[in-house]
Amino acid sequence: MPPDLQKDKGAASSAPEVKFWNDPGKRALLFQGLLVAAILLFAWFIISNTLNNLEQRGITTGFSFLSETAGFGIPMSLIEYSEASSYGRTFVVGLLNTILVSVLGIIAATILGFIMGIARLSDNWLVAKLSSLYIEIFRNIPLLLQIFFWYFAVLRTLPSPRQSIEFLGSYLNIRGLSMPAPVLEDGFGLVGIALVIAVVASVLLSRWGHKRQDETGQILPTGWISFGLIIGLPLLAFFAAGMPLSLDHPELRGFNFRGGMTLLPELVALWLALTIYTGTFIAETVRAGILAVPHGQLEAASALGLPKTRTLRLIIIPQAMRVIIPPLTSQYLNLTKNSSLATAIGYPDLVAVFAGTTLNQTGQAIEVITMTMAVYLTLSILTSIFMNWYNKRMSLVER
Amino acid sequence: MFKKSLLATATTLSIALASTTAFAAGTLDSVKERGHLQCGVTSGVPGFSVPDDKGNWKGLDVDVCRAVAAAVLGDASKVKYIPLTAKERFTALASGEIDVLSRVTTWTLSRDTQLGINFAGVTYYDGQGFLVKKDLGLKSVKELDGATICVQSGTTTELNMADYFRTHGLQHTPVVFDTNEQAATSFDTGRCDAFTTDLSQAYGLRTRMSNPDSVVALPEVISKEPLGPVVRQGDDQWFNIVKWSLNAMITAEELGVTSANVDQKKSDNNPNVQRLLGGSEGLAKGMGIGEDWGYQIVKQVGNYGESFDRNVGMGSPLKIDRGLNAQWNQGGLLYSPPIR
Repeated sequence: MPPDLQKDKGAASSAPEVKFWNDPGKRALLFQGLLVAAILLFAWFIISNTLNNLEQRGITTGFSFLSETAGFGIPMSLIEYSEASSYGRTFVVGLLNTILVSVLGIIAATILGFIMGIARLSDNWLVAKLSSLYIEIFRNIPLLLQIFFWYFAVLRTLPSPRQSIEFLGSYLNIRGLSMPAPVLEDGFGLVGIALVIAVVASVLLSRWGHKRQDETGQILPTGWISFGLIIGLPLLAFFAAGMPLSLDHPELRGFNFRGGMTLLPELVALWLALTIYTGTFIAETVRAGILAVPHGQLEAASALGLPKTRTLRLIIIPQAMRVIIPPLTSQYLNLTKNSSLATAIGYPDLVAVFAGTTLNQTGQAIEVITMTMAVYLTLSILTSIFMNWYNKRMSLVER
Repeated sequence: MFKKSLLATATTLSIALASTTAFAAGTLDSVKERGHLQCGVTSGVPGFSVPDDKGNWKGLDVDVCRAVAAAVLGDASKVKYIPLTAKERFTALASGEIDVLSRVTTWTLSRDTQLGINFAGVTYYDGQGFLVKKDLGLKSVKELDGATICVQSGTTTELNMADYFRTHGLQHTPVVFDTNEQAATSFDTGRCDAFTTDLSQAYGLRTRMSNPDSVVALPEVISKEPLGPVVRQGDDQWFNIVKWSLNAMITAEELGVTSANVDQKKSDNNPNVQRLLGGSEGLAKGMGIGEDWGYQIVKQVGNYGESFDRNVGMGSPLKIDRGLNAQWNQGGLLYSPPIR
């Protein structure tokens, strides 16, 4: 409770004859109670009126449609799906496809954005100008047009399956990129265990390295050692287990490639567009963050004789991150929400599959739209919670 | 897309906020008050609803809208056309954005009984077919095993295709687009091996492809697609008006009344013609519209045969045979209940 409220409460108890409406604490409580009641009443009105209207107009309601057979196909699914699956399953398929393109987009946009943001501050005239050119062009063209551009103008020029471009056992054509798919055999679990051990060891090593540095001032190249561990140990386990991995090669049979795995052109177009568009905003955020680090910090670092790379890693980036993270969160949220433009080019995301086909086949507009909105809300809140946690971790710790 | 989500959200809101009585009746009154009919059509299917180079909407579905406007307002031109995608159409109708949905919509049990809508008749008996490139040399849909097929989302087409391939033990990959034009273009540029839709639309869309002669339709027709105008459930008067506007067009053809001879026929002593053209008092009373409703429809829009001919038949680039869409006494399925 804020201190002034406590004080009021104390005043009220010392003077019992004060009427409750004159007591600011109780009065505030009363108004808050009234507000909550009004909101609940409004919600009740909306819900009951909706149900009433739906019944009046003979529209079926409820969530029972989720267990009915969907009866339509989806070209790409991360889980088992067929026409005989339920509408509930289409929801999960769409959700996973949305998450897939969002995560891919966030990773790629972050990398591109950081590179371009730093490049724009480069002393090299050409690098800086190219970066500015990229940012100014792509952040000023509507995203939907960029998606259309990549899908209809760029990826449509690829050859037909019979004239596929072949490289490294993969085939590139207008239907997508067909690649060999890894098939895990018995004993692959060992590799996974080795990876987990390597990750844990790296974390412990880095902690120990920090401690040692604090005590002795000697710096351990933990980065390189961890890198070696994480790559080396699973590789060692892989060979020790007798290479328990085979490849399922795509083969041209009939109309299309069968077997292997296929990267859909719809996914690629959407991913490219989201990455390139959001990358521009992240680049500007990164530039702003770096420029926000006071120049004196750089001078102090060079006065101490720190090399340039270490200045960047230890002085600039940690301080810049504090400025970068909050707007970066917004960009991640934007990217996730923008991925719903997928429906324009036929990528089977949540909006296309669930709020599109499923809604239309079942006619359950209210249920479907509510569920879809709840998904985006949940995804956004989860992203926010994670980024706020990260922000807190990175924020200035006063000693 | 964004517009669609907005529409669906708007529907959700409008259903949530509307008072219960507002939707029970009164479409006729609100159309009269507004002075024009709001009609939901496609965003461009040649022969059914498509704007010409001057921006005037033309087509068989459009003529149904015009007939309703002629019957209700006495002027077939007082229609505002609202282009909708297949996904948007039912929500647009439910939210009251349109008065009639005349948009190549297939009459099915689940739509009729679960969406709060009523089908007011059949304007075109259609069936689903497949278009493929001629150079593939295909003879049957059964040879499409493993093919990638472009289709429009939110249609019965999508479900029929899935059913057909599953029952015949064939594999296929659907690529689903928002509009039929996008699906057709994607087929044209090679994204898919085949394109499936109702045959009437397939022929129309084929005329717009880069090389229409290189595209052929496979012989199988895999479904029944009775297409017709749709209205909201719960307003029986309006339902009747739309139903009988369509029936008047069909009856006019049966009786040989055309837009050209309707003024002469007005003095015809055939009682059926008299009743159609408003010669017998009181017939239109139950619908709450003018006695000359039938006359206005035939005069301004024409009979079904005229509309068919100029939009999809021999007088149009589509050159579709009457087939199932001939009058019942000519070997077709068109059969209007008597106007009396």
